Amino acid sequence: MSLNDPNHVASRAGLVNRLPRWLVPNMTGVHLAAVFIALLLLGLLLVPVAQVMIVAFQDPATGAATLQNFVDFFKTSLFRESFWNSFYVSAMSVVVATAIALPLAYITTRFHFSGSILIQSLGFIPLIMPPFVGAVAMQLIFGRNGTVNLLLRDWFGFDIPFMEGLNGVILVQSIHYFPFILINLSASLRNIDRSMEEAAQNLGSHGLRLFKRIVFPLAMPGYIAGAALVFIKVFDDLGTPLLLNVNNMLAPQAFLRISSIGISDPMGYVISVILVVFSVLSLWASFLFMRGKDYATVQKGGGGMAKRSLKRGEKIIAYGAVIFILMLVLSPHFGLLLLSFGTIWSYAPLPDGYTLQNYVTMWEGSKTFIMNTVLYAGIAATLDVIIGTAIAYIVLRTGIFGRKGLDYLATAALAVPGVVLGIGYLRTFHAIDVPFTDEPMASWWVIIALALMIRRLPYALRACMAALQQVSLALEEAAESLGATKRRSIQKIVIPLMTGGILAGFVTSFATAAVELSATIMLVNSNSDAPLSYGIYLFMQTPSGRGAGAALGIVAVIVVAIGTIASQFIIERDKKLKSSGDAH
Amino acid sequence: MKKILYSTIAMIAVSASGALADGKVTVITSFPDSMTGPLEAAFEAAHPEYDLEVLNKKTSAGVKYIQEIAGDNTADIFWASAPDAFEVLKGDALLADVTIKSEGIPDRIGAYPLNDPDGKYYGFAGAGYGIMWNERYLKANGLEPAKEWDDLAKPEYHGHVGMSAPSRSGTTHLTVETLLQGEGWDTGWAKWKRIAGNFSTVTERSFGVPDGVNTGNFGLGIVIDFFGFSSKASGFPVDFSYPTVTALVPANVAVVSNAPNEPGAVAFIEYLLTPEGQEVLLDPAIMRLPINPATYAKAPEGFPNPFEDSTIGATVEFDVAKSGARYNLVNSMFDLMITYRLDDLRSAVGAIQAAEAAHADSGNEEAKALIAEAWALIDANPINEAKSLDAEFAGIFTKKRKKATDEVGARQAEVEQEWDAMVVANYAQARELADKAAGM
Repeated sequence: MSLNDPNHVASRAGLVNRLPRWLVPNMTGVHLAAVFIALLLLGLLLVPVAQVMIVAFQDPATGAATLQNFVDFFKTSLFRESFWNSFYVSAMSVVVATAIALPLAYITTRFHFSGSILIQSLGFIPLIMPPFVGAVAMQLIFGRNGTVNLLLRDWFGFDIPFMEGLNGVILVQSIHYFPFILINLSASLRNIDRSMEEAAQNLGSHGLRLFKRIVFPLAMPGYIAGAALVFIKVFDDLGTPLLLNVNNMLAPQAFLRISSIGISDPMGYVISVILVVFSVLSLWASFLFMRGKDYATVQKGGGGMAKRSLKRGEKIIAYGAVIFILMLVLSPHFGLLLLSFGTIWSYAPLPDGYTLQNYVTMWEGSKTFIMNTVLYAGIAATLDVIIGTAIAYIVLRTGIFGRKGLDYLATAALAVPGVVLGIGYLRTFHAIDVPFTDEPMASWWVIIALALMIRRLPYALRACMAALQQVSLALEEAAESLGATKRRSIQKIVIPLMTGGILAGFVTSFATAAVELSATIMLVNSNSDAPLSYGIYLFMQTPSGRGAGAALGIVAVIVVAIGTIASQFIIERDKKLKSSGDAH
Repeated sequence: MKKILYSTIAMIAVSASGALADGKVTVITSFPDSMTGPLEAAFEAAHPEYDLEVLNKKTSAGVKYIQEIAGDNTADIFWASAPDAFEVLKGDALLADVTIKSEGIPDRIGAYPLNDPDGKYYGFAGAGYGIMWNERYLKANGLEPAKEWDDLAKPEYHGHVGMSAPSRSGTTHLTVETLLQGEGWDTGWAKWKRIAGNFSTVTERSFGVPDGVNTGNFGLGIVIDFFGFSSKASGFPVDFSYPTVTALVPANVAVVSNAPNEPGAVAFIEYLLTPEGQEVLLDPAIMRLPINPATYAKAPEGFPNPFEDSTIGATVEFDVAKSGARYNLVNSMFDLMITYRLDDLRSAVGAIQAAEAAHADSGNEEAKALIAEAWALIDANPINEAKSLDAEFAGIFTKKRKKATDEVGARQAEVEQEWDAMVVANYAQARELADKAAGM
């Protein structure tokens, strides 16, 4: 490097080193990377979101800056109710999701349970359902005149309003998002050091007291992390309430007001601002809970709580609970499968007949969609892991000013609803042309890939951070003391050691990007640019297309399932390699 | 290996971004793929030099999209059902003035002029509005199909009807406006509210209604005719009929101003008006009413013919200017009085219907008076027709920052809050009165 060349140093030493540090900062490769990433996040996240949010602060008639719109928001009873409904639905979804996740997490970690594989798979099945189609399928099974209610009415004469109004949203959301709580809770329960429990038992504590005083507080941080994530995602979610025709929640109100004909009222934008602010607050609150909690697994007595064997009666209950939850969680997939193979399904528990025609129709019409999805999600996931690794390195290994800000900014993408991002991109990039062509950037397919990248960056970032935290600093220092440059040590030591985490991050990013709809629907410029999720949406707009749409939905589920299983496989293999390495 | 990877990515990038830029015609449409597909295929077969690029967005999102990209327009054609969406774009000066050559196309369909008098947009097919129902659902619930709008307000249909909202569907807006113009502002709104009292849901997109009827989620739906026809043709156990008060309105197509490919756009519109183009509309997946009377000779048995059957669509003379002037206002009113307060409205109307049933033959004058009062509360509107047509008042709902000359009147949120408060209070009181009457 140039700094090692004595002649070079001598010639610059005079003026440059006398100038203040902040005017001529120390620019190494890592610094440049940090600046570049900051600019990227600014341009692709902050600016578009600001463009949307700024309308909320403007008077619609004059354009002057004002807070009047916010005052109006809180004075309007409809909006207050929508806010309360969104809050209520999010909170109840967390509660129901916990009710589903807690027994499962407890069973796997506390007992020797041979159905643990079942539970592990439960952990990601709901996530591999494109949101739009999931609600359609649940409507078919649990709707007013869906399978369950028709049968209940025929046999018993009553029905249960699963999917009416807010209840429907809560049900769909909790089934869709409980894996976040399950995974986090299981992980933190598994991390509890057995010796803590044994110490408590030695001192006479057991049963509920032990759970209340020792186990639960230790598991809290993991639970809070998962719960906060579920809260935010449900609060922001547009697709499910929209599909279930629930209008009096914040996200659908924002969408409807922004996208209706000729309406230029700022309320839609005010709601967007409130959505973003509230989500950021929730994220921050969850970080507060996690601050200062040490996650290091200092294994003394062995990982995890002491496991017991199940008594026969307990086994039956446990299996019963797990199978019941499994069926509940699989119901949308089951409904979707039936719809994809069905001919006509109308006011009946099952379709009238079965056929393969839908798959044929789907296949003929969807090759472009599938290829586009692979392309966009591939680009998004690749960029995500590259940027994620870079940010992780900057945050954990350097002392660059503002590195925490970079981390928060990237994670803040979680708090931005897809619809807000989509509109922001349209506004920001519409005026800029793609270099060398005449087309505005907003209609260039790359924008869709970039939007997907930004939306999935937080997941990839978390995976890369976790992977890097497990790489010991001593290894890099050893490399550098043997003469390797920073770049070489990153390339040859750090990244290979992070491979498992990076791959896992890639796959998660890919899988969730493949089924994203809220931002995509605003940005798709032509059907030849459309990805899978948009394709499903298109198919579902005609009476004859439902079967084909469902068939495409099944394809999406398979694509995402393969990705998720692959990622689990990689993580497990990585864990085994690392732990067997430690034993030596 | 890396080289192959990079070059593949580069190739995909290049190929994906550059379609036939020369003969490309970009179409923004609210029509589904099942309709645009056959028409696109037929057009490209007839004009191989053009490549149609169809982008599906629902009407309101499409209008919004065209407004947003106006500064650097990439769209050639706007193609949708509702003439009022075109009026909005015309008002924003976003439609181009073009001359379209066509033969054998009349000036009117039913009572409605086919083309814009200023030549900004053209009709290519007709559609009417009506009621669609699911036969299995009706049978299971012991109901008869509804024939007229008034029928839908009957107590036996409580909780069985579905509809979209005018703010989200151009065709629904037309349906609402047709009744308002046909029956009068006050009577029209009263009818809508009484029908809405029987709603099971207000769907987010117009397709949500036939979808709900098809799957049996609710039993009856207020839909545009081709939804009913195409659903039936797809094999669902549904049927459709036109009520007497309906308007036959053309579905339209227009060229966007500053279109990148104006000749291509004009060719497309002209093709739609040729006999071959009109015949494609008879496709069972499409089922729109052609506007060339000669095409009906090739139509299948039972296909409605507005040129021969005078009962379809002649009763209401639709005033497009009126509709355009109060477009956003009507959207807002419907949402505030019906969509957002559906639960309140439903329970109030349900209570009144129960009270009416209890006192059908009782001769109890006091109870009947209470019931009448309750209905009056439901029917009450926050504004009368004169105010709806008052340009200044209607302008509150269309504030655009570009016009610096807009007076600072009341804010939309303020007005909406007033209306909301009134409506909530009315519905609650109506319910109370009805419960009281039922108890007598």
